[in-house]
Amino acid sequence: MNFEAIKSIYFFEMARTRRTLLQSVVSPVISTSLYFIVFGAAVGSRIQEIDGVSYGAFITPGLIMLTLLTQCIGNGSFGIYFPKFTGTIYELLSSPVSMTEIVLGYVGAAATKGMMIGIIILGTASLFVDLSIAHPLVMLLFFVLTAVTFSLFGFIIGIWAKDFEQLNLIPMLVIPPLVFLGGSFYSVNMLPPFWQAVSHFNPVLYLISGFRWSFFEIADVNPVISLVIIVGFLAVLMGLLTWIFKTGYRLRN
Amino acid sequence: MAPIVSVSNLVKTYASGFQALKGVSLDIEEGEILALLGPNGAGKTTLISIICGIVNPTGGTVLVGGHDVVKDFRATRSIIGLVPQELTTDQFETVWNTVSFSRGLHGRKPDPAHIEKVLKDLSLYDKKDNMLRELSGGMKRRVLIAKALSHEPRVLFLDEPTAGVDVNLRKDMWQVVEKLRETGVTIILTTHYIEEAEEIADRVGVINGGKILLIEDKKDLMKKLGRKELRVDLQEPISTIPETLSGYELTIEDDGHSLIYDYDTSGERTGITTLLTALAEAGIRLKDISTRQSSLEDIFVELVGARA
Repeated sequence: MNFEAIKSIYFFEMARTRRTLLQSVVSPVISTSLYFIVFGAAVGSRIQEIDGVSYGAFITPGLIMLTLLTQCIGNGSFGIYFPKFTGTIYELLSSPVSMTEIVLGYVGAAATKGMMIGIIILGTASLFVDLSIAHPLVMLLFFVLTAVTFSLFGFIIGIWAKDFEQLNLIPMLVIPPLVFLGGSFYSVNMLPPFWQAVSHFNPVLYLISGFRWSFFEIADVNPVISLVIIVGFLAVLMGLLTWIFKTGYRLRN
Repeated sequence: MAPIVSVSNLVKTYASGFQALKGVSLDIEEGEILALLGPNGAGKTTLISIICGIVNPTGGTVLVGGHDVVKDFRATRSIIGLVPQELTTDQFETVWNTVSFSRGLHGRKPDPAHIEKVLKDLSLYDKKDNMLRELSGGMKRRVLIAKALSHEPRVLFLDEPTAGVDVNLRKDMWQVVEKLRETGVTIILTTHYIEEAEEIADRVGVINGGKILLIEDKKDLMKKLGRKELRVDLQEPISTIPETLSGYELTIEDDGHSLIYDYDTSGERTGITTLLTALAEAGIRLKDISTRQSSLEDIFVELVGARA
């Protein structure tokens, strides 16, 4: 294992986060605050509570997930796409690093950055609502698993993308609808039966539901199923990544 | 001694069907400077890219330091430094960080003293805190060299290092190469410029259409270069060379209308004066005299042209 290389990639990526602090940290904080103002104040005045939890608190896990997913995919994909775009990828490919080490460096940094922002959002949320976490360890497990899985998903998107449009396609067009329709701002039980059934095809529903369970012990689906789904998705991504490494897909033509 | 780089029957066919390398074999000795000449699209960059691990080969093997570049990539890539053709840099990084990053990628522990030395050798030290986007093209080229030297490689690939570089920087670059050679680093450079190969290389290889057309010691090539040809056009054709001229290496051409005399410009005497006197004494009347020198460029154009 080339630990020096993993360390180098990781800190190189984290240095970029420092350079773009405003965009990386301040902007998600502002957008989350806006969600609290718009949803918490406007919608929350009409929906007092869901399953015994105040509306403001109810939406917090979903908001953290929304940020975590978009940040991790964004960081993961940009981290590997940028060297491809500028051409500096030559150095990675000609270094004595295995693809596993490259992934550990990039995905590790992307997940770290995503989690840092997730924690900041959690802190911001606690300024607006009273929060209690019923199962902190389960919460941490969902938090870390989601960050790693979606950073890896981002990494694969970054390898696949041939231009900036493709790079942004999934984070901009696929993830937001999945998060919004995945019960971030409501319980799926509030939907008509047909849409409830449709919602169960949305993988993000399981993430948000499981994550919310760790806070309030209320869930749309069994948290164990949530865990199985996310681990399953991680396994699929690892399989895909193994294929990419074997074939050199879009990296070593 | 086993060659430091050994390429055998290397083939590369891209997904588009384009065959960039058609069975290249080549041995590179430790400590030498090899110049690879060839026109655009000859296969130079593909060859280097496979040796360095950027491109997967379709067939054949490459050994570096006795290790296979695919199976044992850690061992081979640890001793290789690559300076790519394109000026690809992290625009928003500082010189110091980007060079240190390269060292880390190669699995070497941080060594600020070494990085400092590399930057000083390349006259980059006073720019160490500058962002790369603030540097000129020539400076960026130096940064790429510094990155390639950050992990103390034994083999250095320079892919068209002087393309688009001004005369001064080119001279500086050759000094750097010379210094590296003194430390025993093997250097492989690709270039379009024949003078460049003449100036610096120990051996010269010509590659075109995915094949090595020639690989020879520069000294031997220079010997060929040093030879000149004197052409004497005659007023009356001759069928045989007169007895009195048998001491000269003459050949008859153009149905006896011309005599060709090869001579060595580096020799003390070319023999031209005595030959001309002897021709006059033999009663041969001259129409015209011309000389021409075969240059590396001729060899190159001939080789490349013949296969084009």
